[in-house]
Amino acid sequence: MAERCAVIGVGQTHHKAKRDDVSIAGLVREAAKMALEDADLTWSDIDAVVIGKAPDMFEGNMMPELYLAPALGAVGKPILRVHTAGSVGGSTALVAAHLISAGIHRRVLTVAYEKQSDSDAMWALSVPQPFAAPLLAGAGGYFAPIIRAYMRRSGAPDHIGRMVAVKDRLNALRNPYAHLHLADIDLQMVEESIMLWDPLRYLEACPSSDGAAAMVLSSEDAVSGHYPPAWVHGSAMRSEPTMFAGRDQVNPQAGRDCAADVYAQAGITDPRSQIDVAEIYVPFSWYEPMWLENLGFCELGDGWKLTESGATAFDGDIPWNTSGGVLSSNPIGASGMLRFLEVAMQVRGQAGEHQIDGARLALGQAYGGGSQFFSMWVVGSDKP
Amino acid sequence: MTDQPSAGSGEPIGPVTMLATPIRLDFDFTPGVAQSRFLRGLERGTFLGQRCPTCHKVYVPSRGTCPTDGVATTEDVELAGTGTVTTYCVVNVPFAGQSIEIPYIAAQVLLDGANLSFMGLIQEIPADEVRMGMRVEAVWVAPDELTPSLASVRYFRPNGEPDADYDTYKEYL
Repeated sequence: MAERCAVIGVGQTHHKAKRDDVSIAGLVREAAKMALEDADLTWSDIDAVVIGKAPDMFEGNMMPELYLAPALGAVGKPILRVHTAGSVGGSTALVAAHLISAGIHRRVLTVAYEKQSDSDAMWALSVPQPFAAPLLAGAGGYFAPIIRAYMRRSGAPDHIGRMVAVKDRLNALRNPYAHLHLADIDLQMVEESIMLWDPLRYLEACPSSDGAAAMVLSSEDAVSGHYPPAWVHGSAMRSEPTMFAGRDQVNPQAGRDCAADVYAQAGITDPRSQIDVAEIYVPFSWYEPMWLENLGFCELGDGWKLTESGATAFDGDIPWNTSGGVLSSNPIGASGMLRFLEVAMQVRGQAGEHQIDGARLALGQAYGGGSQFFSMWVVGSDKP
Repeated sequence: MTDQPSAGSGEPIGPVTMLATPIRLDFDFTPGVAQSRFLRGLERGTFLGQRCPTCHKVYVPSRGTCPTDGVATTEDVELAGTGTVTTYCVVNVPFAGQSIEIPYIAAQVLLDGANLSFMGLIQEIPADEVRMGMRVEAVWVAPDELTPSLASVRYFRPNGEPDADYDTYKEYL
């Protein structure tokens, strides 16, 4: 029987285009300190640190966990690095959770970050290789053709993506930590923004952010902190090859399998009615309807109808990304952990202006790479 | 760092907190047996794929194994330079190291006889006339300019055939 795992502390930085007041070490320490304070603990209470970030090539710091160990109080303690591209923040939290569930540690600090102002992610994702034409223009260039395929397959009208872009930015106005605070955002503003990767416009894409996220996870006998814990009800990771014949990139099997696994653990048979709130990795607007289908919130081809109906809005029956999501803050390595952290905040009742009243069961999801890595957890206010 | 007056203006600037120091890294790429075969094919002006002995799907470029069946792909298949645009985007964003003038069309091209698409540049057609299902052909560099690299393919262009039916390529999206 696995140990129960609780989220007892959360911390995140104010995400910005450029945090030139801190180094990477200062950035991760800021989030970690906040998580420790929330858990009412100090550095010496922590048994181990699990850290994640997106590719080292982004900032050009190879194996940054070595340099960051002192800033995270990890000298003389186990520190473990996780790397699963954009999903890494989620996978990092899951590795930390598994160290608790397995009974190896009682309190684990987990941290994820990106300092995009120190890096050039567009360049790092577009390095020429002899077996590929030099066409890939960052993540947007990779995902835009898949979005076009979704639009063709589902028959979704053009305005759906713009609706998501507006909804998540309006939600961000409720979140003081969000990078983008676009008070005058509306459909017209999105439509008039420059077309970057047709069919994706500038305001339908995530920003480049500096930021970090941290959580303290504990076993049941070590619970502490200022808010009731969020209990982990299910955790799952899946991956699939980037290229194989018959691969469905619009609705990847790894995502479907990952969802089925985490739902089975958490006793979820009808996600739309059972899950109170969700934080889902939506870096480009159209990924909301695509993941609504992949995660089983509706039938295939109906995701856009849910978005259009307002079901995923703040006052809808399945609010998605009430924090503003990746569309409003994208410190890449931390973006997945922010999804996991935000749902923990929801079931702990500490989400402030973007709190959904009475949230008791919540889903966090992250994906990464060429949609080949998936990580998910379900957290709840009740013990599993 | 101390505040230094900026040259000429007499105005003080803030403390220096960050320096950009460009570095350069050259590396040799070792493609392995299967990709070498593909790259040598490009050097001869042909697309060389490989067929999985179990599922019979044709991979181009092949990595030497079938990702689905986990077996070595040993049978070479030479493919025609024609294919279908399964999906695409129009890139209109500049970035460091970009070698193609924007806007350009980055398309997933499914070569005839292949079971996996790859990304190719589409030219000789205005961006707003490109379509999913459009039939295209490869335009190669001059014979004396062929190299073991996809740079040997200048781009793909419409070949004038009617668009492929959606049902023929929907499994490849």
